[in-house]
Amino acid sequence: MVELAFKSPEKAGRRVRKNTHLSPREKVIQLALTMATWTSVLALGAVFGELLLGALPAFYSIDIIDFFTGTVWNPSHPMYPLYGVLPLFVGTLMVSFGAALIAIPIGLGCTIWLAELAHPRLKAVFKPAIEVLAGIPSVIFGFFALVILSEWISVVFDPVTKLNALNGAIMLAVMMIPIMVTVAEDAMNAVPNSLREASLALGATRWESIRHVVLPASISGIVAAIVLGFGRAVGETMTVLMATGNAPMLHFDLLRSVQTMTAAIAIDFGEVEFYSEHYHVLFLVGLVLFIITFVINFIADWVTRRYREEY
Amino acid sequence: MDRKHRELVYFSLFRVCAGIVVLALLVLIGYILTGGLERLSLEFLTEMPRRANTQGGIFPAIVGTFYLMLIVMAVTVPIGIMSAIYLVEYEQSSWMGRVFKLAVYNLAGVPSIVYGLLGLGIFVVYLGFGFSLISAGLTLSIMALPLMISASQEAISAVPKSVREASLALGATKWQTIWHHVLPYALPGIFTGIILSVSRAAGETAPLMLTGVAMSLSRLPDSFFDSFMALPYHIYYMATQSSDLIATRPIQYASALVLLLLVLGMNLVAIVMRKRYREKFKW
Repeated sequence: MVELAFKSPEKAGRRVRKNTHLSPREKVIQLALTMATWTSVLALGAVFGELLLGALPAFYSIDIIDFFTGTVWNPSHPMYPLYGVLPLFVGTLMVSFGAALIAIPIGLGCTIWLAELAHPRLKAVFKPAIEVLAGIPSVIFGFFALVILSEWISVVFDPVTKLNALNGAIMLAVMMIPIMVTVAEDAMNAVPNSLREASLALGATRWESIRHVVLPASISGIVAAIVLGFGRAVGETMTVLMATGNAPMLHFDLLRSVQTMTAAIAIDFGEVEFYSEHYHVLFLVGLVLFIITFVINFIADWVTRRYREEY
Repeated sequence: MDRKHRELVYFSLFRVCAGIVVLALLVLIGYILTGGLERLSLEFLTEMPRRANTQGGIFPAIVGTFYLMLIVMAVTVPIGIMSAIYLVEYEQSSWMGRVFKLAVYNLAGVPSIVYGLLGLGIFVVYLGFGFSLISAGLTLSIMALPLMISASQEAISAVPKSVREASLALGATKWQTIWHHVLPYALPGIFTGIILSVSRAAGETAPLMLTGVAMSLSRLPDSFFDSFMALPYHIYYMATQSSDLIATRPIQYASALVLLLLVLGMNLVAIVMRKRYREKFKW
């Protein structure tokens, strides 16, 4: 017991603190702070509860198997509305994976440059630039994709539809990169210099040191960065809403238009009747989306925890 | 290819990657800037929209966004700072602390459109606020909360332990220590967090679409329960649904420019402030 207390001074400290007498004023303050903190837990619970409550009636009125395996999303058909989520799901995956394919090499290259090569003065300009890029509202990215990027893509690829999955993917890649770079750079900076120096002293070039020492040592942070960026892409609404053309069709062609789950919720709520079947199905789509991003975040958290290298 | 050359090739590739990112930023800002300056004028900022937004200005949209920012500030800032104080100073290793941290972490990853569903269900329908400024403002406040908390947490935990120990050793209570000796040093960092989270909320569009943003109003909202216009939604609406997409393009560009300047201005203030503060306090 004594040993344990020695081993974790934090715990020992807590025990002492708990015994100290608190004045009523201090108690009230602590209570207020606790309650404020509960807001976050409450909010997360409310998000989940609200989605569940909103989606619940859909479980009775439509066939859930059809929802997950249906290949047609046509909720506004007057007689036979079809609620197959697959076209939306595939749309989300296509755009997000496309974005990740573009963002991962560029983002990683950028991170390595920033963490290992950049001159401090360049770094002092580049890091705020990354932050500025992260701060640009998604509707501006969407507007740029809609008005300018789609024109460029039309010229280069001659796509089937002018607004297409590729348009959204490229724009999302630009939005993913700042998140990836920020998280991955932290991970690479956490690798102590002694490791680099040891590798260089053994005769490795700087690139070999990065490749065989720094990257393996920071791999958990890099993977977490990629996963977090991907999660952000899956949840992004405005950019894909404006860039991808919003046609909920099941196909795997990057040069045709798609609709993502987020975009479907945003668009359809403009015309949906309250408490109709369609309304509840949209909550169900929201619930699926929430669970997907929750799992993605969990994976990112787990990777950082499980494979964290301590120096 | 020998090792030296290979290194050169790879390093050049990385420089190109960094260049691409900077280029993307410059191109984006450049296009919005050149497209928007043409239409931007004082009248554009201060006039009511006319003829279904195709003429006149965007004054109600600017005011609406401003009101939203005020609501977010009033709700998110106190709750965020208090949570951060609690998480850093009071709750350290117990399972409760873990639950709180997990909640904040996951709240940060919830897609913005899902916050819209939350706002619709809780504020619009359940609490009966209707499609209104307050519903949208509260929704954005919850959305901005995780950012506010993590920024304040960072600022508070950057204050070294020795400061707290010195104060406690002199007989100050825990709260006296926090109020007089921790918060003053953390304040610049907290301010940075406030600016960043409010600017994030100002640029958010998706939650507004489910909580009551209006396409066009030629008046300002006269209460918290009134419908409102907002700058980001105005851009989306004008760029995708307005009656004549091509003819109103200058208006779309100019609105985008106003939002971009607003958000980037706030971001730059935050970045400069943090830099100053880091130079001032080197523990």
